[in-house]
Amino acid sequence: MKLISSRPLLFAVLIAGFAAAAPAKAADYVIDTAKSHASVNFRIKHLGFSWLTGRFNDFSGTFSFDDAHPEASKVKVEVNTDSIDSNHAERDKHLRSKEFLDTATFPKAIFESTAVKVNGDKATIAGNFTLHGVTKPIEIVAERIGGGADPWGGFRQGFTGTTRLPLKDYGIKFDLGPASQEVELTLNIEGVRQ
Amino acid sequence: MLIRDTKAGYGLFTRLTHWIMALAIVAMFALGLWMVTLNYYSPYYRTAPDIHRSVGMLLLFLLALRFAWRLANPKPDDAELSPFERAAAQIVHWGFYPLLFALMVSGYLISTADGRPIEVFDWFSVPSLIQKKGLEESAGEVHEVLAWVTIVLVAVHAAASLKHHFIDHSSILKRMWSGPPSTS
Repeated sequence: MKLISSRPLLFAVLIAGFAAAAPAKAADYVIDTAKSHASVNFRIKHLGFSWLTGRFNDFSGTFSFDDAHPEASKVKVEVNTDSIDSNHAERDKHLRSKEFLDTATFPKAIFESTAVKVNGDKATIAGNFTLHGVTKPIEIVAERIGGGADPWGGFRQGFTGTTRLPLKDYGIKFDLGPASQEVELTLNIEGVRQ
Repeated sequence: MLIRDTKAGYGLFTRLTHWIMALAIVAMFALGLWMVTLNYYSPYYRTAPDIHRSVGMLLLFLLALRFAWRLANPKPDDAELSPFERAAAQIVHWGFYPLLFALMVSGYLISTADGRPIEVFDWFSVPSLIQKKGLEESAGEVHEVLAWVTIVLVAVHAAASLKHHFIDHSSILKRMWSGPPSTS
């Protein structure tokens, strides 16, 4: 009698114990560009007087993320360079030309992470960034914004990350002036768990 | 001084607009090639494209006016030309209108692709009529190709007129300069 009544309890404890002991698996996420909960933004100083901002409208990417082991995370983002949008058609045309991105020759910019270092609530994502046909190791300072179940039955994680790119490092030689040697790139990415 | 064209020669309007447009089109070609090489700190980085856009819009207006004028006026006699020369001249003369129209409209489409108007020298602005993502790219390619086609056609046209003037000793170049002989 006693034995029988304790069986369901034992069973429940066993299952709970097994679930807890199993290593939490890193989940794969696809960046939600379909509904545009992600953006690739840039800003560069104009003459040293103001920030000129713009973005790349067309990109895609994936990442893997494990709450328990964030340093095992991986991320890859591909940007179609001709989707540059600085809210001025003539300027965008210039930015796509050979004097800047040369998007006809180099249609993709790619970031692929190689290592993630976590310090507190921030992380440094090291990786290779390819732009204008030049691949360089860079570091993105990233921060998790939040994550969890969404209201529609899915599961999401969101991050933001920023890096600075000296234009000359990537062979972009058009001189915009001493205050405009670097462009700041910010990625806001929300991924949907697959 | 005769304003209208006659069978005997070109009137003042045709001759004046011919030389204004000839000068402006060659200058615009040079200006266009030059302005895209300017560095960001050049004092002309902004003014050169401003002038290019403004002159382009004025030329478009002048082209429409000239085309209407051509249709409304008789064409001076081409009897001295050979059949081949007459056919070639016809193709070049009538070809210039659609070519220049497409050239100027493609330029207009680059600058107005995002809805911005073209400011013509602070005098007035031409509003954007067609907005489309990436239109500035396709319009830009068309503009560049047509600019080269135009300048080649200008060279052919100029060479032909010089040939008639210096080799054939015809009055074809002179009549675009000095108009029909006075009949009175």
